Amino acid sequence: MATLAARLRRWRRSEGAQGLLLVSPTLLYALLLLAAPLATIVAFSFWSQDYLTIDRSFTLENYREAWTEPLFRELMLRSLAISGAVTMVTVILAFPIAYFVSFHVAPERKALWIFLITIPFWTSYLIRVFLWKVILGYNGVLNSGLLGLGIIDEPLTFILYNANAVVITLAHAWAPFAILPIFVALEKIDRSLLEASRDLGETTVTTFLRVTLPLAMPGVVAAVLIVFIPTIGDYVTPRLVGGPNGLMIANMIQVQFMKLNNAPLGATLALSAMLIVGAISILFLWLNRRFLKVRQ
Amino acid sequence: MKRSGWLGIYAVAYLVFLYAPVVLLPLFAFNDATIIAFPLSGFTTEWFAQLATIEALHDSVINSLYIAVSTAILATCFGVFAARASSRYDFPAKRGIMGFIMIPLVLPEIIIAVALLVVLLQLGIALSAWTVILGHVLLCTPFSIAILNSAFLAMDRSLEEAAYDLGETRWSAFRLITLPLVMPGIVSSLLISFTISLDEFIIAFFLTGNEPTLPVYLWSQLRFPQKIPVVMALGTILLAASLILLTTAEYFRRRGVARTGAKDTGGFL
Repeated sequence: MATLAARLRRWRRSEGAQGLLLVSPTLLYALLLLAAPLATIVAFSFWSQDYLTIDRSFTLENYREAWTEPLFRELMLRSLAISGAVTMVTVILAFPIAYFVSFHVAPERKALWIFLITIPFWTSYLIRVFLWKVILGYNGVLNSGLLGLGIIDEPLTFILYNANAVVITLAHAWAPFAILPIFVALEKIDRSLLEASRDLGETTVTTFLRVTLPLAMPGVVAAVLIVFIPTIGDYVTPRLVGGPNGLMIANMIQVQFMKLNNAPLGATLALSAMLIVGAISILFLWLNRRFLKVRQ
Repeated sequence: MKRSGWLGIYAVAYLVFLYAPVVLLPLFAFNDATIIAFPLSGFTTEWFAQLATIEALHDSVINSLYIAVSTAILATCFGVFAARASSRYDFPAKRGIMGFIMIPLVLPEIIIAVALLVVLLQLGIALSAWTVILGHVLLCTPFSIAILNSAFLAMDRSLEEAAYDLGETRWSAFRLITLPLVMPGIVSSLLISFTISLDEFIIAFFLTGNEPTLPVYLWSQLRFPQKIPVVMALGTILLAASLILLTTAEYFRRRGVARTGAKDTGGFL
């Protein structure tokens, strides 16, 4: 017993124990307010709503409904398609900017550029999305501008109240989340590697493709995941600029929880969306690891 | 500026895209027309004057400020604990624990919102400003940790060791040496958490009771076309306020970087 007590005392003074003790308040908070609620909605997804009460007998009915009902399936597929398109557009548009700031801006002005890029995103999200409605609308800024310049004869209608509008708005909203990880990855690249590549006879283009891009891939992968995972759950943008054909799964989750009072089905839809997004992300990571290994 | 011509043009075009909605905000806020469209018709400050008369708006602003201040303080406290632990100590399951705490960074907010809502309703806890704060602290803590982690890592550990050698206890060394050195990080974490909480909509939308936060109030107003110019005026004020806050946060961050003698790599995240 004495040795056990002594060991316990020694352990309590060890680095590991002190670190655990220090992290414990934050960990406890996350366990209580993140892990427990997530576990609760997992449980809910196997229960059912019986008017005002919850029927706690195990059922897979919610999952059957969520995965076979045509409306839910369409919303889910559309959400995935929109999220995928947003991710692609955002990351492809963001890469040159990150590259420009990292490679062509003087070191003392980089912080200023990053600051300039992040500023627009600290204005109210709701108002920003609403302003895209003003820009893309029938009498909007874009249409009146193009009409005024004589580029088009009648207002473009394919840019508001559909999936395109959602993609444009979200690509704007998530821009810094794509730019920053890519920028960080580019900053880490040892510039002498590029010189070495040039000295060994590679051109600017092949140096970019064979040295810069592979080294920047961790940033690109992070950007893809940071944009793709949260956009699937966006509620505001589809509601404001999506129109009836641009609604996404989050809108249905909200309806189930707050209008139809069917928390179990709402929980199932939310979990299904997370499962699908999680699976796609893992597949994406796996493909990248394989792909990068092949490249090396 | 070798071969950066095209890239430079692209960068400017991209900035125009980024700033397009933001630039429109003050234009319509001062525009003398109820319809939000071009051409602009004239200059007015009427919409700003109207802001002063809307009681529900004032309540929501006060509510939001209360939530944002509480969130900023709580999230930064949790952030200090976790960032200190992760930057200074090696402990069992460190990667797993830190990864778990950082999850809200990538989890869609609607998932956090519905999960918390279900639990609160099950426990019979009435929705109020505090239920929103619970959610916002969860969301802001990872941002706080990210900021504070780099602040703690940038600090020279030998300064602390010198304090121990000179007879300070762990706590007094932390208070006298570590805390002042990471103070800029703490201020910047407070400001970022405050700004995130002030602007957060989804969690507040689900977890607010009868007292809407500012974004929830704004959401209810966006449905009425005649209310839009007032919303634009409000948005302009919010924009100005967050610009001031962020410039302050950036100032403190840079001062922190200068104080620890590190190279400035820029950015909050």
